[in-house]
Amino acid sequence: MFHLSEAATAQINEICDRYADEPTPLIMILEDIQKEYGYIPLEVQEIVSARTGISVAEIYGVVTFYSFFSLKPKGKYVIGCCLGTACYVKGAQQVIDKFSELLGIKPGETTADGMFTIDALRCIGCCSIAPAVTINGKVYPTVDVKEVPGIIAEYRKDGGAA
Amino acid sequence: MAKINIKIEGIPYEVEEGLTVLEACRACGYQIPSLCAYNHGECSRGSCRVCLVEVKGARGLVASCVYPVNEGMEITISSPAATAARRASVELLLSNHSMKCQQCDKNEYCELLYAARVTGAREDMFQGSKTPTTVDQLTPSIVRDTSKCILCGRCIERCGNAHGLSVLGFEKRGFNTIVAPAENRSLENSPCILCGQCVSVCPTGALMEKSEIDKVDEAMKAGKYVVVQTAPAVRAALGEEFGMKIGTPVTGKMVAALRRLGFKKVFDTNYSADLTIMEEATELLDRLQNGGVLPMITSCSPGWVNFAEINYGDLLPHLSTCKSPHEMFGAILKTYYAEKIGVDPKDMFVVSVMPCTAKKFEKERDQLQRDGIKDVDAVLTTRELGRLIKRSGINFTKLPDEEFDNDIVGDYSGAGVIFGVTGGVMEAALRTAYHALTGKEHELIKFEAVRGFEGIKSAEIDIDGTKVKVAVAHGMKNARVLLEEIRAGKSEYQFIEIMGCPGGCIAGGGQPYVKPQFLPNEDIDILDTYKQKRADALYSEDERQTVRQSHNNPQMKALYEQFLGKPNSHKAHELLHTSYKAREAFKD
Repeated sequence: MFHLSEAATAQINEICDRYADEPTPLIMILEDIQKEYGYIPLEVQEIVSARTGISVAEIYGVVTFYSFFSLKPKGKYVIGCCLGTACYVKGAQQVIDKFSELLGIKPGETTADGMFTIDALRCIGCCSIAPAVTINGKVYPTVDVKEVPGIIAEYRKDGGAA
Repeated sequence: MAKINIKIEGIPYEVEEGLTVLEACRACGYQIPSLCAYNHGECSRGSCRVCLVEVKGARGLVASCVYPVNEGMEITISSPAATAARRASVELLLSNHSMKCQQCDKNEYCELLYAARVTGAREDMFQGSKTPTTVDQLTPSIVRDTSKCILCGRCIERCGNAHGLSVLGFEKRGFNTIVAPAENRSLENSPCILCGQCVSVCPTGALMEKSEIDKVDEAMKAGKYVVVQTAPAVRAALGEEFGMKIGTPVTGKMVAALRRLGFKKVFDTNYSADLTIMEEATELLDRLQNGGVLPMITSCSPGWVNFAEINYGDLLPHLSTCKSPHEMFGAILKTYYAEKIGVDPKDMFVVSVMPCTAKKFEKERDQLQRDGIKDVDAVLTTRELGRLIKRSGINFTKLPDEEFDNDIVGDYSGAGVIFGVTGGVMEAALRTAYHALTGKEHELIKFEAVRGFEGIKSAEIDIDGTKVKVAVAHGMKNARVLLEEIRAGKSEYQFIEIMGCPGGCIAGGGQPYVKPQFLPNEDIDILDTYKQKRADALYSEDERQTVRQSHNNPQMKALYEQFLGKPNSHKAHELLHTSYKAREAFKD
């Protein structure tokens, strides 16, 4: 049935069991898996389904409904560019376009070296510091297009040679 | 239940407390346009806004399908604001609909089209984005077309209610939302068992059976020797396609219609239901007496067989190796019968009319063909037969009653008839197993314990001191309970009947739609009673038969004497038995 290793299967089952007493555990389970693995492919959903008795179709529906969850592996650094109304009028489109141009990927895609993913986000609640960008939880306020190369360089340095 | 007083259109009524506005209005004789609530509440999210009404004092219009009635409530259905709002709701749905109504086989029974008709909705009021279209027609059974889906979710509910876990779900969001198996896969690569329950509740043409009327046309045109057989459940429901009351048996008219459609011979699958019983009862006794795998489980329902292969590969040795009745008939027609009448089996084309969409898939199975010759060549649902008859200009209700062909094959007993309802195969098998073990007939004939629509039925039958424990389950949600017992080594049964669809074949996924808006002459509780009405039609036919046990069908005796030898003989195994193979739920 499943093609994952026994260890991975056991860990996913363990995550499911953490919420065994919850009346609606699905989102919590998926959050933990997303954090642990960075994505939730169908094989993993099948294991969650078998453990929880929730249909694969329903799990897949939740995974594709919330942009927090991902079906494909994300990069080491996830660049979240807010395109909410406030950020948008302050030039967020140009910011995300610059990230795309420099990394050679479209929003939603991951660089071939697995380093960066660009996500287009709706309002993240940082309107007062628009346009805002988040990278793995760290918030960059009032980002100007000119700052983009520097931000990328900062992470390239951190993550070793690209 | 306590009663409360309400007013509808200013007229006072007394209704039960706890009803929704829509239900209360229906009980008082009003039919509010709606897309869901005439369907046992499968989808009562209140999101389509087609059933809006005015309630005095409420803020804005209310969705009557989810709004509860309360004491003193004053409801207005016909106000200009409510009628305009209902019309606009339907127009919005139409703006994201494919609108190929003439070519759509659901047309006559489309609830969206009906809502559009009664609300006066115009198809071109709103222009806008449309949901991305997927047309999945890879399975031989079901076509899924997202361009016709209105996202009501009824199919998801039905699949889950019938089988425990739904194969379909909502995926993505906003305008991209679709109802699909995970990853928008084809049903073919999903855990779908192709039972067609989703088709029977889909309000539009988004889920339909895959029609094989063209195949039949081609065979006729090519001059093949085209014969037809009809499953027991078909006669109990076909009349509904022509406005007849639910539960009217139409055996004679159905035979007359099939003859007029040009079929060379018109047979009753009941004949081979008797044959199935001969083989299956013998197989059961063999397993009981020689330490075979028990409990043995019936294998007539292809939806159930699909489910077993996908989810319980480890339990496949429990399934009876008997082919399903129509496949047995196909095998006999293309050997024994073809030889007797001097027709080359290659020139014979066997059509089965079935209450089932999974049968379309079943007939394609590798295990059900020999030397490239399929046992059965085409499967039509009861609904497709209805369309075929209408297309041919036959006035069904005015037809005379005619008899099935039964020159060499085709005779049947009452035991064969009741296959169409949950518990029927069990009852038929018990009649014959009792005889085989004791040499005498069971005095009661009827085994009441296995009748009725309870999810799981069980009984202990005393056969001359030998106690046999049997169970009957229908719908995979119920079947899972019995299967998990077997898996855990805790099953106390020797023989289990499992049917894919809740209620058995009479409520199969290929049967006429039961949609109250199109049935003004039926009682308002028809959704609760139609299964019993159809079942009664079959039980009454059983009662009318002089021969009520499969082993007493004279043509069975002749078939074994002249051709097969004895039940479970080598030849019988070659022609009438099959095998199963475990499959993955999600194929890559």
